Amino acid sequence: MEPPEAGCSLSLIACSCMSGKTLYDKLWDAHVVRCEPDGSTLLYIDRQLLHEVTSPQAFEGLRLSHRPLWRVKACLAVADHNVPTADLEHGISDPVSRLQVETLDGNCAEFGITEFKMGDPRQGVVHVIGPEQGATLPGMTIVCGDSHTSTHGAFGALAFGIGTSEVEHVLATQCLVQKKARNMQVRIDGQPGPGVTAKDLALAVIGHIGTAGGTGHTIEFAGAAIRALSMEGRMTVCNMAIEAGARAGLIAVDQTTVDYLKGRTYAPQGEMWERAVAAWMTLRSDDDAVFDQVVTLDGAAIPPQVTWGTSPEMVVPVDGRVPDPEAQADAVKRESLWRALRYMDLKPSTPITAIAVDKVFIGSCTNARIEDLRAAAQVARGRKLAANVRQALVVPGSGLVKRQAESEGLDVIFREAGFEWREPGCSMCLAMNADRLEPGERCASTSNRNFEGRQGYGGRTHLVSPAMAAAAAVAGHFVDVRTFS
Amino acid sequence: MQPYTKHESIAAAMNRSNVDTDQIIPKQFLKKVERSGFGVHLFHDWRYNDDGSDNPDFELNKPAFKGAKILVAGDNFGCGSSREHAPWAIADYGFNTLISTSYADIFYNNCFKNGILAIKVDKALLDKLMAEIGANEGVRFSVDLENQQVATPAGNGFTFDIDPFRKGNLLSGLDDIGLTLQQADKIDQFEQRHKQAFPWLWPR
Repeated sequence: MEPPEAGCSLSLIACSCMSGKTLYDKLWDAHVVRCEPDGSTLLYIDRQLLHEVTSPQAFEGLRLSHRPLWRVKACLAVADHNVPTADLEHGISDPVSRLQVETLDGNCAEFGITEFKMGDPRQGVVHVIGPEQGATLPGMTIVCGDSHTSTHGAFGALAFGIGTSEVEHVLATQCLVQKKARNMQVRIDGQPGPGVTAKDLALAVIGHIGTAGGTGHTIEFAGAAIRALSMEGRMTVCNMAIEAGARAGLIAVDQTTVDYLKGRTYAPQGEMWERAVAAWMTLRSDDDAVFDQVVTLDGAAIPPQVTWGTSPEMVVPVDGRVPDPEAQADAVKRESLWRALRYMDLKPSTPITAIAVDKVFIGSCTNARIEDLRAAAQVARGRKLAANVRQALVVPGSGLVKRQAESEGLDVIFREAGFEWREPGCSMCLAMNADRLEPGERCASTSNRNFEGRQGYGGRTHLVSPAMAAAAAVAGHFVDVRTFS
Repeated sequence: MQPYTKHESIAAAMNRSNVDTDQIIPKQFLKKVERSGFGVHLFHDWRYNDDGSDNPDFELNKPAFKGAKILVAGDNFGCGSSREHAPWAIADYGFNTLISTSYADIFYNNCFKNGILAIKVDKALLDKLMAEIGANEGVRFSVDLENQQVATPAGNGFTFDIDPFRKGNLLSGLDDIGLTLQQADKIDQFEQRHKQAFPWLWPR
């Protein structure tokens, strides 16, 4: 398809006019409505996902200005952040949380938006249900008032988080005013060993480039190790792109993508499916495409990862140690390392495997899909929670994930091991519902952020893969899942 | 949105890097369904003691920084969540200007939607500004968006870059949505072409 206005299709930053296009260039160019000489672009949005925390003020804005929705069918809504994961029959006990969910229900009813409500098996974490329903398709532009919207880039879709003003802007105009980001490629060749997962690859990348390493860029993940990942693994990697500073992560479309989508509710069918697949297969960077930055990692050299601090970049291999801040030359950085150690109540040079945990959380938009639950269950099978572990939650990403897990007997494995089997939602990833850490509690978590207080005021978070979380739950401290028997 | 006008104000310093949006506005305050009233919760977990009293060790609780409209902060300010509650809290607290070496992308966008000017400077200049505030807490900087200039008493003034579209919107206080809707015919035309090229995105 021809770009609508000459000049707009070229990246203003890297005007390599003779070279091929990156996947990001292709997705961007296909959605340019109008481009100003300074690069400000009116970008068309194919899909907006909505949840209860970042949408109420947007709907209020529409009502105040008497503006209708531009395209109702582009929207799909679900409540996830505030929903309880236990005793659903009692509803939401926190009145403020309940008001937020009821406000979403009311707004969707008023504006005619499809919503998967609490109790609907299709309800779940917004970044789990979009792909699960086939509402996330290759070639789309997808936005949501949630930074982990980068998840959907696993499908070769340009997907990024936006603020509430932008949510309102898309509801009213189906467009956003954007400037194009730079192109970055993170290439992981070399197959990771057994026990090393997509989560470990993502954490290793963040440890390598830092939490601002991808700022101003769209990251395309490439290389043999990425190609070998399932769609669920790819979603985990793209989910964490934002923790590396990039609003959007991308992975090229291939047969794995197509096989995942076939037959899903919102995916095209019949002859339209064939046309779509033919178009989707072109969604890859050209061989001669030029990236503004390329980072290369050897997947075979990446061990399971554990974060030790209060930023996802504060990460080391499980066989490593907590760093010594005094080795850091920059004074501001040194102080931030000390601050993190004080918050985490850790001493320099402590071996990671010597760190005991109080709680374990398996869930979130990063790691609550069926393969994640299978990996954790495999470790938990036939074992028991360690005596020092007070609580271990397993929170499936959606009602359908939960149903699938139960049909495989995973719930029984978890329960017999002493884990709690919960209803879907964001849960202890950010503790907006009742699931949280108490001050000082330490948690092995499959979520995405180890910020101060993220999982509860004073709580201490260590980010790990599902298998590593399950291993910590039964050992009572971090262990290398590769040698865990 | 209020138009951004030239002003001279106290500049507060927060010499920490990677200040994330979970610190700017912790999640327990995200449950409101209105846009206003977030200022009292800004930096809640750092700002208040467990009994609710002010934590005297927190930078912004220094009496000299009271009434500051300018916040000078460390690298990668505003990283993490997309919550627009973060700039809502910053603006409601009284800040309308941020100065740092870098911001997380989503946060940066959100600032300009809420009348907050986020200025980028290099590390050397940031260090000088931090030092000037450190040596003279309560010092007032003046910010002139029209001419893209900041002036300080110790002579650390500078000219800054800003996207002309963002600058125009800040100066006029204009509504973004209204501006985009002036292009409604262009959006319609785009949709017609897009629908032909990708008909599966328009299921019946």
